[in-house]
Amino acid sequence: METYYDPQDLPKFEEIGRDAPELAKKFFDYYQAVFAEGELTEREKALIALAVAHTVQCPYCIDAYTRACLEKGSNLAEMSEAVHVAVAIRGGASLVHGVQMRNIAGRISL
Amino acid sequence: MDQTQSLRPSEEFRGRRIPHIEPFRQSLAHHGIELTRGQTTTLQVNVGLICNQACHHCHLEAGPDRREVMDARTVAAVVACADRFRFQVIDITGGAPELNPNLRELIERLSPLVPRLMLRSNLTALAEGNRDFLMDLCRDNGVVIVASLPSLNEAQAESQRGRGVFRKSIATLQRLNAMGYGRSHLELDLVVNPTGAFLPPSQEQTARRFRQVLERKWGITFNHLFAFANVPLGRFRHWLERSGNLETYMARLAAGFNPCAVPGLMCRTMISVSWDGFLFDCDFNLARALPLGGRRTHISELGDLPAPGAPIAVSDHCYTCTAGAGFT
Repeated sequence: METYYDPQDLPKFEEIGRDAPELAKKFFDYYQAVFAEGELTEREKALIALAVAHTVQCPYCIDAYTRACLEKGSNLAEMSEAVHVAVAIRGGASLVHGVQMRNIAGRISL
Repeated sequence: MDQTQSLRPSEEFRGRRIPHIEPFRQSLAHHGIELTRGQTTTLQVNVGLICNQACHHCHLEAGPDRREVMDARTVAAVVACADRFRFQVIDITGGAPELNPNLRELIERLSPLVPRLMLRSNLTALAEGNRDFLMDLCRDNGVVIVASLPSLNEAQAESQRGRGVFRKSIATLQRLNAMGYGRSHLELDLVVNPTGAFLPPSQEQTARRFRQVLERKWGITFNHLFAFANVPLGRFRHWLERSGNLETYMARLAAGFNPCAVPGLMCRTMISVSWDGFLFDCDFNLARALPLGGRRTHISELGDLPAPGAPIAVSDHCYTCTAGAGFT
């Protein structure tokens, strides 16, 4: 194996169920239900998934949901904005902890 | 269908087999399906390969440099055929049909012969040059306009159809609406093709979104939307090969094989006539040069419509029409 991540592994995802089939079935049934059209469209859910994929930095998910977004009718501008939403939340989460930094610094500083 | 024939392993793709893909003919056999002709109700007329655009997904490689145009004699043969067989639908396509100098005659002579006459338009050829009269001609003859609009995003649409096309398309749609198209008995339908090596979105969901966005941004309304996959032939196939996407795309189409889509396939109920008058089961077999009934037949020699149950020529590009909900 040259790298830990191999694109050919993605289609093998369902093999994860071989040694724990009941749990896998529950997971995949749930997964399928989550992404079905509901109050949100399938297209909107794929955009959310793409943003989350960038947050968890999962190459499989980025591959799968880039394709899914295009196949659900999204365009690159929408997908880029979705990634920026993930970036903003990740960056914002770091930045908002600056308040803690300021609180601590305030407590111990003259 | 002859089973030995259906299982032969040489479903070539212009001389090149795609590894890991079951030949289409074999897929049909595995599912116990025979793809045969039904009652023929539609005549598709490809009036030529000349086009003002050179779209990257075009299976016919139509473009400004092509010179293949249906002449007046072939137009007369098409009209005679329509008069004789009285189809339910006649579907005029190209290239850009608007660039055929015989289009006016074709529309005026076909219109009284068929309840539904359709014109496939790229939306730019309809309004460019001195062709404004074509919109009036379509309106006056109640022609259904089926227009290509792959995306609501300018960059994405133009990656497929060329620079400057999107805004012109929007302007033409607005003009058609102003004439009553899409908001009266005049029917305006949209066709969405993916802008790359991926499958089309859900037709129903896309129609809903296009309706909302086109109305909100540009005040445009339409009747129906059709989402079709790109056919791996012609210019699109060349791009698939160059970009290294051919095998993955073919695998995607083959994996989406839906046996339930087969009975509704358009090739079962249409005959397609090329610019020079020869007959095919569909426009894709025309691009692939797979003639109707296995031999080249000119429309002027057509003795009768294909008998229900007659075989349909197939190749691996047929996976396009059986993927997912199908291509009807």
